[in-house]
Amino acid sequence: MSTVTPIKDAKKKEVVKEDAMWIQKELINKNYHEIATAHETGRKVSATFVPGNLNELLMCFDFARRLPETDALQNGLRKKSGKMIMDAERDGHSEDVCTYVKTDLGMMLQGQMGPTGEPMPNPDLLLLSYTGCFTFMKWFELVRQKYNCETIMLHTPYQGDGKISPAMRDYVVKQIKEKVIPACERISGKKFDIDLLRQYMKESVKAEEDLVRVLQTAKHRPSPIDGYFGAVYYIGPMFTAFRGVPEATKFYRLLREEVEQRMREGKGPITPDGEMTEENYRLVVEGPPNWTSFRDFWKMFYEEGAVVVASTYAKVGGVYDFGFRHDPEHPIESLADYCLGCYTNLNFPQRIDMICKYIDEYQADGLLINSIKSCNSFSAGQLLILREVEKRTGKPAAFIETDLVDPRYFSGANVKNRLESYLQMIKQKRTAAAAAVA
Amino acid sequence: MTVQDIVKRCEHLFEDLDFNVVSEWKAAQPGRKAIGYMPIYVPREIVHAAGMLPVGIFGGGDQLEVIQGDAYYQSYICRIPRSTIELGLTGRLDCLDGMLFPSICDVIRNLSGMWQILFKDKYVKYFDVPQDYADEVGGKFYIHEMQALRTDLGRLAGKEISDEDLKKSIAVYNENRKAVRELYAYRAQKPWQAPTSEVYLVLRAGCVLPPEEHTKLIRSYIAETNSVERPKRDNARVVLNGSFCEQPPLGLIKSIEMAGCYVVDDDFQLCQSWLLDDVSVEGNPLEELSKAFLHRSAQTASKYDDKKEDKGKHLLRQVKSRGAEGVVFAMASFCDPALLERPMLQDVLNKHKIPYTAFKFAENTGQMAPIREQAGTFADSIKLWSAA
Repeated sequence: MSTVTPIKDAKKKEVVKEDAMWIQKELINKNYHEIATAHETGRKVSATFVPGNLNELLMCFDFARRLPETDALQNGLRKKSGKMIMDAERDGHSEDVCTYVKTDLGMMLQGQMGPTGEPMPNPDLLLLSYTGCFTFMKWFELVRQKYNCETIMLHTPYQGDGKISPAMRDYVVKQIKEKVIPACERISGKKFDIDLLRQYMKESVKAEEDLVRVLQTAKHRPSPIDGYFGAVYYIGPMFTAFRGVPEATKFYRLLREEVEQRMREGKGPITPDGEMTEENYRLVVEGPPNWTSFRDFWKMFYEEGAVVVASTYAKVGGVYDFGFRHDPEHPIESLADYCLGCYTNLNFPQRIDMICKYIDEYQADGLLINSIKSCNSFSAGQLLILREVEKRTGKPAAFIETDLVDPRYFSGANVKNRLESYLQMIKQKRTAAAAAVA
Repeated sequence: MTVQDIVKRCEHLFEDLDFNVVSEWKAAQPGRKAIGYMPIYVPREIVHAAGMLPVGIFGGGDQLEVIQGDAYYQSYICRIPRSTIELGLTGRLDCLDGMLFPSICDVIRNLSGMWQILFKDKYVKYFDVPQDYADEVGGKFYIHEMQALRTDLGRLAGKEISDEDLKKSIAVYNENRKAVRELYAYRAQKPWQAPTSEVYLVLRAGCVLPPEEHTKLIRSYIAETNSVERPKRDNARVVLNGSFCEQPPLGLIKSIEMAGCYVVDDDFQLCQSWLLDDVSVEGNPLEELSKAFLHRSAQTASKYDDKKEDKGKHLLRQVKSRGAEGVVFAMASFCDPALLERPMLQDVLNKHKIPYTAFKFAENTGQMAPIREQAGTFADSIKLWSAA
């Protein structure tokens, strides 16, 4: 029995997307073009990471903004990453380490053509936002050897005690004021204007508010969105080069209107094969998705009527649904709080609390962990998360293993088999619970 | 004690996965406490100043059967966290009153949170160290981190840690570091007299012994081994790099030596040699510890290199000052810091025409033949080609 209904008037016959998804795609392609032509147009290029990215600040200096993680995932989506990873391994990089890094290095070895086919210029600034991931540090040390450009370390302390202390905030603020801003001024040749930063942040706040509303529509039954696969499209502009850009604000307003309308009409999420008409399972997912088989992976869910109502990955570039907003009145301090509060910078008890809260508030049937070989920041210890969440919520949890962008580590048959068994288990539990009530 | 007696004692301490020596130390005086720490570096001075015993926890080695620990980790995570959890869940770490998890990598970082959940009755701290080396920025943050630890341990001890306590402990560890430097210098001078398989055990003893006792032990070892001539071999002199967290089995170190290598420097027990010279006992003790960390500490893969040209400087210094002829990269499988660092270090060595070889291990690696062959071939190639 099909759980999706193809939409006849879709803009593209082969893949169905929400209107906002098309806009998002245009934004991304436009940004790649801006990066490709930055040096011709007299602009400098920055590179930084998604968690803890200081996008509004970089905009103050008119940098064209590259994010190597999204380059890698875009290459993964376009099935280009496999060869890049193997090239990096042939160049001496271990098979054990992060495949985002190797995709980036492989892209350089292949002549640095970007995911859209345009050449990627060397960055003028590597802003090493060391937030929630140890590998970031080595990644930029590695590419620094090749790019030969200025690298600025922004060290974000980890929330080991589950809170942000004043000393942690002061440390990040000082680094931004005393290192990051002077370096940006020096490299861009533009003076820092705090009012411009405030102006961008005002845009960010509006977009953040709308994003949260979109993500929280998944509390509704049926959920009008998929909070993992679909959310990837929703978080894209916010987590990358567009937070603070007026077009992004418009995107989020449009998206919110579109999704809220769908919610009012009782519609399910839009999938690449059309609208999901039957919601059989509501899941929370922990861990990033696999990009090389993204659509196949998603299909395994919507074919079974499984919708992801909340995911931790959709918080990797900011935990907005727990209240954080950029603050134009205290712009530098709020950049620090933003960095400190990203999902992978939270300690284990905080991560477990968040997942349990999602299961409760989004009335989920259980937790699915997609454990990523490449990503120790997410993956190390996830089996304890699984046990703790099961213990605290009484809901079943399951574990699958894939990778970010290494096609060698996506075994479709195994993943499908495990997912189907898991959904079967949920069904059985549901039947048993109903029988007990009767 | 003869050198054999000293080595035997150290081997006994190394093999004792129940940490009886720690329990005995605690039992000798009621109220004593012990605090475990994971690699690479924590300021042990603060633990010592609280009257507690700092205990280095470096996993379970190749003698521990990991059963429960494996249930917490996927196959692509290194072995040290799973064997450490095994030690904890089997009660072997009950003698510890707390654990410190320094910022070395995401695996150890996450282990700190797991420990909070699994061992709720213990003191657990993730100990962050700065990656910014300006006194007024990273230094200030680091002093705050140390102050937080000082307050916590003072509370645990039931007595505030005074500046005087800290200065005394700094002096104790200055002496210990001095002894470690003497041992390293001695080994580099006469590696046939101080094989690394022995030096390693002597240093590992420092993970469980009070520093005062460990300092004496190191010096006794140097004196005793120097008193008995051992045969000198025509081995290749190598620096071993990359084993700063998960430790190779002792058999692997022996295999490298048997294959024809004298290890004249290494990073096995980096905590003991992290600070490169004495920490001043004048002034504010936390400020002095901070300055030593920021400006006079070893480079390693978990520490950011501010400048591109700094990459590999410490390794080069080790090679040159110890008269090494090559480098053996021995990294734990799935060790992100070491494996991501390696290509950069190899580039530096290539530029300086220093030969190297590389392999991976796990703390329970059992097959030594391939490593012996690789190390042997490397030693032969140095002897045959480098001098020519």
